[in-house]
Amino acid sequence: MARRCVQGEETIMIRWRNGAAALATLTAGFVSEAFAGTGQPSPWQLGMQTPVTESAIFLNNMHDGVNIVIALISLFVLALLIIVIFRFNEKANPVPSKTTHHTGLEIAWTLIPALILVGISIPSFRLLKMQIELPKADITVKAVGHQWYWSYEYPQDQGGGFGYDSYMLDPEGAKKANQPNLLAVDNELVLPAGKTVVVQVVGQDVIHNFAIPSFGVRMDAVPGRLNQTWFKTDVEGLYYGQCSRLCGANHAFMPIAVRIVSPEKYAAWLVDAKKKYAEIDAKPVQVAAE
Amino acid sequence: MYLIFAIVAGLVGGFLSIMMRLELAEPGLQYFSNPQTYNVFVTGHGLIMVFFVVMPAVIGGYGNWFVPLMIGAPDMAFPRMNNISFWLLPASLSLLLISLFVEGAPGSNGFGGGWTVYPPLSVAGHPGPALDFGILSLHLAGASSILGAINFITTILNMRAPGMTMHKMPLFAWALLVTAFLLLLSLPVLAGAITMLLTDRNFGTSFFDPTNGGDPILYQHLFWFFGHPEVYIMILPGFGIVSHIISTFSKKPIFGYLGMAYAMVAIGAVGFIVWAHHMYTAGLALNTQRYFVFATMVIAVPTGVKIFSWIATMWGGSIRFSAAMHWAMGFIFLFTVGGVTGVVLSNAGLDRNLHNTYYVVAHFHYVLSLGAVFSIFAAWYYWFPKMSGRIIPEWIGKLHFWVAFIGANILFFPMHFTGLAGMPRHYVDYPEAFAGWNKISSYGSYIFAFGLLIFFYGILKAFMSPVRAANSPWGEGATTLEWSLTSPPPHHQFETLPHISGDGH
Repeated sequence: MARRCVQGEETIMIRWRNGAAALATLTAGFVSEAFAGTGQPSPWQLGMQTPVTESAIFLNNMHDGVNIVIALISLFVLALLIIVIFRFNEKANPVPSKTTHHTGLEIAWTLIPALILVGISIPSFRLLKMQIELPKADITVKAVGHQWYWSYEYPQDQGGGFGYDSYMLDPEGAKKANQPNLLAVDNELVLPAGKTVVVQVVGQDVIHNFAIPSFGVRMDAVPGRLNQTWFKTDVEGLYYGQCSRLCGANHAFMPIAVRIVSPEKYAAWLVDAKKKYAEIDAKPVQVAAE
Repeated sequence: MYLIFAIVAGLVGGFLSIMMRLELAEPGLQYFSNPQTYNVFVTGHGLIMVFFVVMPAVIGGYGNWFVPLMIGAPDMAFPRMNNISFWLLPASLSLLLISLFVEGAPGSNGFGGGWTVYPPLSVAGHPGPALDFGILSLHLAGASSILGAINFITTILNMRAPGMTMHKMPLFAWALLVTAFLLLLSLPVLAGAITMLLTDRNFGTSFFDPTNGGDPILYQHLFWFFGHPEVYIMILPGFGIVSHIISTFSKKPIFGYLGMAYAMVAIGAVGFIVWAHHMYTAGLALNTQRYFVFATMVIAVPTGVKIFSWIATMWGGSIRFSAAMHWAMGFIFLFTVGGVTGVVLSNAGLDRNLHNTYYVVAHFHYVLSLGAVFSIFAAWYYWFPKMSGRIIPEWIGKLHFWVAFIGANILFFPMHFTGLAGMPRHYVDYPEAFAGWNKISSYGSYIFAFGLLIFFYGILKAFMSPVRAANSPWGEGATTLEWSLTSPPPHHQFETLPHISGDGH
């Protein structure tokens, strides 16, 4: 009898594992293929935006794992509540038990959650280190948050030596550019694929936040404080982010757009941009009354 | 009085949130032509719900009423201090409401920098007097809470009935004791921080102004040293309430009483050393972030102990599914959901993609709106007969529960998805891609608001009907002292002090 029980349990365990695996594949499938946008959100999306940097991929995988753990914990608590509702209601169990202590059980529900947390903390600390420790930069750029736009600066010694402002496009402009409204900008931050980019983030007036979900990057732009973050991706494309620190009236209207291009294109862009933005800087300030 | 005040303030705070959901139902600007007004609504909603709804209800209302009853004391230790601590609140709320109508940011009324009031947005970004009103309002609310906290500590430590040792004291009294210590230790820090803001704004100091050697991050540390204990201040009394309701309707004493009491003490203590997990993206050093990840995760352990002990209390019980029990069980499940997303957010690495997104909004509404607020309603349906001597028909409480439960889940669960997809908080408008789930969230909020109509209908019904409540309407399971008195209790409750003997648990 005992043996059969054990066998039964094993089959259940196996089924359960298969089920969990199926569930995991299902969710993962949903998240990565059907719904996730690359560089931007897509309608009815359930998970994170498709990651394109090493740390963002790590972040996504770890989130998928932790998500399964917390879903199971929630379902476990729900199952216990349902059991309690059906087995220990007034009709099913008219005489309440008097048990109020069970040392073994109490130790178990202290230790098991603690062990789960230790388990979670191992990848968590690895991910954190990957995000915070800056590797040697191939390219350094500076992103400055203003009320309510971003400006980007390229240093002289890397072929730059210019800076420009990046404003959100109005709805017609976004439509014309065939880009999503509230995400499209006039002058994107252009960077090459396959290079380690360190972004120095600072705020001009109030605190803003430089965030690009697909890169797993999010850094406060604090006045008087030079924060640094980094990313490196091989996937060319256009990646959007939005200011993520309440910064006043037009907080929702200062998106970030990063265009990742091939190193060759980047070199060409750099030459053009140097001319274009230097010209703008040299132009006399136009007075609104004219 | 505290409860009536909380209900009135709740209507204001609720109105603000419904306006926000109306705006967010569709992409584009529909109701708020000036986005700054939306920010003002968000800020007002947060401050009102925290300081004028949840805190007065659980601490002022239920705490002042039931702590003396449960420990067999005639009243709180300092009744007149209690009086001032209440009357500071209407003054404080008036100041906050005035602040909505005076100039804040250039060209618009009210302060729109979020309930955290981060500088420099709250200094240079809002030159108008709106925030000065707001700061004075918080000063008064803080003073009120500190006075209340002193009153609770004195009452609980000195005025327990003979024979009621600390380890026999009801869990609600334990919860309020821990809450009172959190208030007493954290509020002065908030008062200091906002006073520094006030002098930065008006008297030329530069504590937080980097152009004169100040540091905006300093404010964040100070604020969250208060702000994190604050969230436990809101939820701990709820823990106490739920413990009593679960025990009463399971007809069983609470499981693992000591574990439950000390879990609350542990949550309160650890709550003071985890504040910077609100600041993972501020640019803190690697080791600082490591420490705060670790410390934050520790809190999940005593919280888990509480959840499982509640379930163990019901296990083997003979449960009567009263309206209050519906709310308490709903609390346990929804608080668990909010708790586990907290574990996700505690990881600084994962928070990198979730910080200030709707995932965070979903998380703290699950623990506060569905946690603290559900505990307020649970206590309402549990203690209403004792407080008023009247009876709310059970079906009303149950109907209200189901409407609120369904509405709140439709409202807040999709926010996990929009948050994971990257939708930032405090946004008056969003890209087309977020429209679907936002629409659903807005429908949920209308359902939840409809539930409030049922709540008020229940009160009306109770006062119109001639039925009177018995001293102990919930039967044998209700073992705490308040049920030994008449409903409502007389003015000088316990003229002869009750003697506590035997093991209460």
